[in-house]
Amino acid sequence: MSSVAPVDLPTGEGRDDSSFEEAARDTKSGRIKRRLTSPWATAAAIAIAIVWTIPTFGLFISSFRPAELIQTTGWWTIFQNPGFTLDNYRDVLFSPSQSAPQLGAYFVNSLAIAIPATVFPLVIACMAAYAFAWIKFRGANVLFILVFALQIVPLQMALVPLLQFFSSWLRPLQVGLHNVIPIIPEQNYLPVWIAHTIFALPLAIFLLHNFIHEIPGDVIEAARVDGASHSQIFFRIVLPLAIPAIASFAIFQFLWVWNDLLVALIFSGGTQDVAPLTQRLAELVGSRGQDWQRLTAGAFVSLVVPLIVFFSLQRFFVRGLLAGSTKG
Amino acid sequence: MTTADLLGKILQVVMGLAVFAAIVGLLVFFIDRAPKKGRDYWQLVGFLAPAIILLAIGLIWPAIRTTGLAFLDNSGNFSWDNFIWMFTQPAAIRTLINTVIWVLFVPTLATALGLAYAVFIDKSRGERYYKALVFMPMAISFVGAGIIWRFVYEYRAGEREQIGLLNAIVTGLGGEPVQWLQTDPLNTFLLIVVMIWIQTGFAMVVLSAAIKGIPTEQIEAAQLDGTNAWQRFMNVTVPGIRGSLVVVLTTISIATLKVFDIVRTMTAGNFNTSVVANEMYTQAFRASEVGRGSALAVILFLLVLPIVIYNVNILRKQREIR
Repeated sequence: MSSVAPVDLPTGEGRDDSSFEEAARDTKSGRIKRRLTSPWATAAAIAIAIVWTIPTFGLFISSFRPAELIQTTGWWTIFQNPGFTLDNYRDVLFSPSQSAPQLGAYFVNSLAIAIPATVFPLVIACMAAYAFAWIKFRGANVLFILVFALQIVPLQMALVPLLQFFSSWLRPLQVGLHNVIPIIPEQNYLPVWIAHTIFALPLAIFLLHNFIHEIPGDVIEAARVDGASHSQIFFRIVLPLAIPAIASFAIFQFLWVWNDLLVALIFSGGTQDVAPLTQRLAELVGSRGQDWQRLTAGAFVSLVVPLIVFFSLQRFFVRGLLAGSTKG
Repeated sequence: MTTADLLGKILQVVMGLAVFAAIVGLLVFFIDRAPKKGRDYWQLVGFLAPAIILLAIGLIWPAIRTTGLAFLDNSGNFSWDNFIWMFTQPAAIRTLINTVIWVLFVPTLATALGLAYAVFIDKSRGERYYKALVFMPMAISFVGAGIIWRFVYEYRAGEREQIGLLNAIVTGLGGEPVQWLQTDPLNTFLLIVVMIWIQTGFAMVVLSAAIKGIPTEQIEAAQLDGTNAWQRFMNVTVPGIRGSLVVVLTTISIATLKVFDIVRTMTAGNFNTSVVANEMYTQAFRASEVGRGSALAVILFLLVLPIVIYNVNILRKQREIR
């Protein structure tokens, strides 16, 4: 999710949704507001919620139905045409034949891409954000705005030259790695990691800067007076204080990388060695768009991690989103 | 996948992380031991250099180079051919028109729906759960969303029972099943529905937080003045969240301009559904027409430009105030 737009807005940022709700329930204004909610509005909201959920729900049900039932009857007839099976999942995850999906390997790839591609940009962006916020230098403002403005560059503009750069500089390094440590395939994750790291930087620096900038200057001044170096301040003071911002951006970056297709298509090479789930799924849609038993199960294999992240870390996710769309 | 493969992959990740940690550690080690004279300067370089170098080789230089490539023909001579192609070939023009349609409809409809939902659901019982349902598509990949909606739009010919929800509804009402994704220009709008489905949750969450930031006194005062719900919404709520509305609209607009995966997964750009971002990929990486792909990327850049300039201006004003 790329987002631009720093505006000073009132937001519920940092507020815990649920406690806010409970607090509001007991206050006078909360009671008034509740009385204002019309039953029609609630009905409309519920209708929207249902419409929003049905497509995913339908696919989910279908992923557990036997192939012949998916192909001949609608998922909503599940009670007239009962039948549940785990075959679809077994088939897409571990099928022994080469042509079948075998998503297991791609699932590992997705994780292997997403974890470093979350760590790298965060560390680099934290360092840059700290420099922008707490090291005084001439032209800091201009440089910072330039970094922010780099969001102007759509990924698409960077792809062709970056691919050429990788094939002329990074490729020999990869081959060298493979020759020294044969277990590392020639096609490795390095280009995808680097690409994701670069593309994440402008937004990451901007958001983390907003947060790190808000750390009280007294704390940092005091440490300076005590003779702490910048790196000591960075590791002992700034990083621990910035944990909430780091966590929410980490979730975002992880989901963004996990869900990415474009970068993977261009920099991964598309083999089982490197390509992530999304790329394999897109391939499946293209080559066998009618194999619904495989597509439904495959889609859910790819959805499982984001949905776990979403439901367990929803609070941080929302906080990161608000920081991403408004001033952090 | 064999155990050796798995081990190899784990080894790669561990090694990648270890090498990265070593580089950062070394960097910090050296900037801490920089010569006394100009230590601040070296520390600044140490903290900023990794990001700046990566951005320079990964974004700035490529953007310049892509702009150059857009003005070269296949034999490497300067020409306007790529841009002429874009504005004269019916297929290419159609791509541009589709992109405009996307960017007109997705941000406005997603924002409107998100706002309506945020208002409807505000302070109702179980608000969190209703929000989660609409917000959930944000976590789903565009590829996953593409598959989910392809299933909704699935078509079965003749008398066979429909397994796609939309056609089942149409035939249930006595209509003829439609090949939704192949019917131009309807298909573009059906793809837009998918993007709206994803982005509404984003708009809803941001706007809901903004609505909660409006002082309740204002709403109560308006209520005492005898306004009805709609007047309160237009005169208190909307002005109170104007800033957030702008943010949501611009963010979704930029995301929409770059959308690629939805089109690719659902129609692969066939049946007149292609958009600039998808066509860029097709031309540069499938058809080996690097010049055309670059020209499309430049167009994308020009489309994003005004939106980002607007935001840079706001940012600059803010920093001047500080």
